Amino acid sequence: MGSESGRARCAILGSGNIGSDLMVKLMRSAALEVVAMAGIDRASEGLARARQAGLRVFENGIDGLLSMRPLPQIVFDATSARSHLEHAPRLRDAGIVAIDLTPAAVGDYVVPAVNLEERRGASNVNLVTCGGQATIPIVAAVSRVAQVEYAEIVATIASASAGPATRQNIDEFTETTARGLERLGGARRGKAIIVLNPADPPIMMRDTIYVRFAPGASQEEITASIRRMVREIQQYVPGYRLRAEPLFEEDQVTVMIEVEGAGDFLPRYSGNLDIMTAAAVRVGEETARNLARAAATGGTR
Amino acid sequence: MSELRICDVSLRDGSHVIRHQFTADQVRTIAGALDAAGVHMVEVSHGDGLGGSSIQYGPSLVNELELIKTARSVLTRAKLAVLLLPGIGTRDDLKAARDLGADVVRVATHCTEADISAQHIGYARELGMQVAGFLMMAHMNPPAALAAQARLMESYGAHAVYVTDSAGALTVDAARDRVRALRDALKCDVGFHAHNNLSLAVANTLVAIEEGATWIDSATRGFGAGAGNTATEVLAAVLDRMGKNPGLDVFKLMDIAEELVPPVMQKPTMIDRASLTLGYCGVYSSFLRHAERAAERFGVDAREILTEVGRRKAVGGQEDMIIEVAYELSQRRAGRANT
Repeated sequence: MGSESGRARCAILGSGNIGSDLMVKLMRSAALEVVAMAGIDRASEGLARARQAGLRVFENGIDGLLSMRPLPQIVFDATSARSHLEHAPRLRDAGIVAIDLTPAAVGDYVVPAVNLEERRGASNVNLVTCGGQATIPIVAAVSRVAQVEYAEIVATIASASAGPATRQNIDEFTETTARGLERLGGARRGKAIIVLNPADPPIMMRDTIYVRFAPGASQEEITASIRRMVREIQQYVPGYRLRAEPLFEEDQVTVMIEVEGAGDFLPRYSGNLDIMTAAAVRVGEETARNLARAAATGGTR
Repeated sequence: MSELRICDVSLRDGSHVIRHQFTADQVRTIAGALDAAGVHMVEVSHGDGLGGSSIQYGPSLVNELELIKTARSVLTRAKLAVLLLPGIGTRDDLKAARDLGADVVRVATHCTEADISAQHIGYARELGMQVAGFLMMAHMNPPAALAAQARLMESYGAHAVYVTDSAGALTVDAARDRVRALRDALKCDVGFHAHNNLSLAVANTLVAIEEGATWIDSATRGFGAGAGNTATEVLAAVLDRMGKNPGLDVFKLMDIAEELVPPVMQKPTMIDRASLTLGYCGVYSSFLRHAERAAERFGVDAREILTEVGRRKAVGGQEDMIIEVAYELSQRRAGRANT
């Protein structure tokens, strides 16, 4: 059931900064047609911009979205973990695929460069955290050529780019990211640290990834695998780059990366938010292709 | 206003000096002696607080929970304190420390980021602990703005909020203005934590006390990051001469400083060119050992690293920037050598 454009119909829940940036990216997508944005704040600037962009706008949140006919096929949830817990079953019952940008973790973790294909048919996927999107692929890159004993990441984010939800729930960031390093990165044990830096002008998001691997692995293979992974991430996050060569010290490699945002709606230094919206669009496009395939073969998802 | 209370931080801030290699025996001996010398609080944790054991900050030789348990077993009068930096340690870490008998937690954020401490201060109160907010790198925020951050911590439930001079960069007036601003803005207690990088630790501490700070940090023989903290035994002697000794045994503290701490310290903390650079450039004191190590690894001058890290406005916790800067400096040098 595609739309007239042949693209999958999608909608955005949440009219904050993330929802607004997502809208700009989705409007460029060849595979997705963004039809609506729902918020709960009538005065929201995000809703006003969506209206101006020609989207249907709902001020009653998910109730509005679910009253649409035809229903959207995909909903991006950019609200909060608490709200998503409420949204998830309703979206599922309506047969809508949920792509969750909150830390609710109802669905399985997905990081496009790592496990996009595996999660293709899922009805709810979770994008871990911004730090997870930026660092898990590097750990996975080492994992595919060596046994990873321990992975530790330090995400440094501009204060101006850390919203109230992150600030009030900072333990959720460290705990969820650490789990992602283990489950998707393939590390036996993961640890995550987040640091906020208030420098003005704001710094780009930067992450340091320390990976300790089993003895005997080839440094050349690890470096090549990391470089390959960086190119894969750059497919959907062009501003993702290594800040230095991978640095080896015995059975440990240190990888330093920086994420410059695309500057769609959010400022360029908000690489931490940009990598989330970019990953969400990537997952959405893959979901759209999957829905089209399912429709063509007459099967269900 | 509460009575003056001294928190000896050697078993936490000193952890930086010895790259987190405390043994249970060392903690038992020093904590027991501090308790007997009348110190009001003894802080025990990884240098970067609960959960700090990591590649980024250096792994602990002995799990900090083991060290906390050991300290608990010897403290009779002094309260047992721990440090927690939101973003590094979590509520689970705090619960584990509380279960082992920690009485006090100091929740530390950069001086402009107090709002990330709400979760942890609130939880510590739920656990029935005494809580102090710790506004680190206080030289980077002017007095009025610092006081506004302190008010946030007070609103989350802190019993005290510290002006924390992590870089040892506050001049006497700068310290005075900040403590005064907090004292004017808060109903709760005010604390002061100094590093001696500009040789002002005792002087600034006295000024802080004069301005109404009552939670005072110090470390025996200055056993802390950079050029060390306010030396407990020196502060005790000075306060005693001023008739303000809050119950400290000056001679016993001198004995700890002379006999117990030096064998643990490996090398004395002192004002040398590297630690002076910390205070001069406003750099987080625990960066010192990391910069020395990176200087060796990449063949560059530790002062060059620290100066550049300061220029980039690194905050506490950004030890990875030291590696990056050292790497860049070495690349630049190699580039020059090749042309």
